[in-house]
Amino acid sequence: MVKKELIVSALENGTVIDHIASKEVFRVLHLLNLEKCEETVYMGSNLESQKLGRKGIIKVANRYFAPEELNKIALVSPNATVIEIRNFEVVKKTKVELPSQVKGIVKCMNPNCITNHETIETNFNVVSGDEVKLKCHFCEKFTTKDNMEFC
Amino acid sequence: MKNKNLISITDFSKEEQLHLLDVAEEFAKNPRQRILADKVVATLFFEPSTRTRLSFESAANQLGARIIGFSDASNSSVTKGETLKDTILMVSNYADLIVMRHPREGSARYASEVAKVPVINAGDGANQHPTQCLLDLYSIRKTQGRLDKLDIAFVGDLKYGRTVHSLAQALCNFDCTFHFVSPAELKMPSYVKQTVKDHHLEYHQYTELSDVIPFADIIYMTRVQRERFADPMEYERVKNSCILNKAMLKGCKESMKILHPLPRVNEIATDVDNTPYAYYFQQAHNGVFVRQALMSLILGAKE
Ligand SMILES: [Zn+2]
Repeated sequence: MVKKELIVSALENGTVIDHIASKEVFRVLHLLNLEKCEETVYMGSNLESQKLGRKGIIKVANRYFAPEELNKIALVSPNATVIEIRNFEVVKKTKVELPSQVKGIVKCMNPNCITNHETIETNFNVVSGDEVKLKCHFCEKFTTKDNMEFC
Repeated sequence: MKNKNLISITDFSKEEQLHLLDVAEEFAKNPRQRILADKVVATLFFEPSTRTRLSFESAANQLGARIIGFSDASNSSVTKGETLKDTILMVSNYADLIVMRHPREGSARYASEVAKVPVINAGDGANQHPTQCLLDLYSIRKTQGRLDKLDIAFVGDLKYGRTVHSLAQALCNFDCTFHFVSPAELKMPSYVKQTVKDHHLEYHQYTELSDVIPFADIIYMTRVQRERFADPMEYERVKNSCILNKAMLKGCKESMKILHPLPRVNEIATDVDNTPYAYYFQQAHNGVFVRQALMSLILGAKE
């Protein structure tokens, strides 16, 4: 708990993404396109967490994200929380939410799907349940969290 | 249904499906109606399927429509490397309706979103083949007088057989009881069984075809392919459990009918062909009426 406070308070302005599933930190970095971020980005994985056992955390200085961007995180880490920091203070704390439709982020796992053979933006309907399942709008096959690859 | 696409059987509501079957019945009584004489139908077969193509083309011909297209992408003017989008856009300029078959799953849905004219899916890889499903529904209703409260047995490769998946899901609208007969390796996938449950209907699973013969109203046969088995010994062991012959039919319901999407190999012995239960050849013929109804409705020649 002390550790978490330290990480959060160390940020003057920016976003903290907390309670990321530990293995998914790198995919979350990718989903938010943070490989190309010019600001300071801190990340931690395998941190101790009361809620998850182990968790990951990412903090990005001087950046705020649109809900559509943040909700992509729910595809791999539905328990993640997002904290906005302004002037060392927490101004907003939200949970990520699974979108009902996912366009152009995820690849269809079906190798014979037309989207893997022509330049077509992928499009999935999100089927909610215990496990995140994406139903391809085109081939109607399911892509699950375990076989999810990003475009 | 004017200007609608038919990519997946669920694109049509239960009411639309039933209406289409009614119109198909009219065509069965009076198949030569030149109501599409001013229309051009394109049949684009990016992979060959002579049976399906001839059925569509016969249906279009009997309606007086003109037909353009190709039967195999490899020897057609569709040059290698041309995108599906470009081909569909080009053909949209020349035809009022596109019927397409393509080896990739999702190709028909994509084409329907690119095309300026309606698209009928005549098979997209292992995904959907909705006119097969409609002709199956037609054949069941024709032989049983109804679609409700029937005991329907599906036999053979239920894991990979797209026709049985679509048909089982379509029949969930009609209060049927499902009997799934297959080798253990080729069981009906869970998403289909879940659809059955979601409709509060019953399904039962079997490994022996003889178990369902006494009570089935419809026995829907499919082929079990050797290639589906990782272990060839396993194939040898189970291959006869899903083969139907005349002797097995003793004690079946008098009104029972056997369907098969064809082509058959050996899963229905030829001695069944001359029994009153064999319906698979008429079933294929019904496909022409169903496709006539579909094209007439989509092109607005029938209401
Ligand atoms: Zn797909």
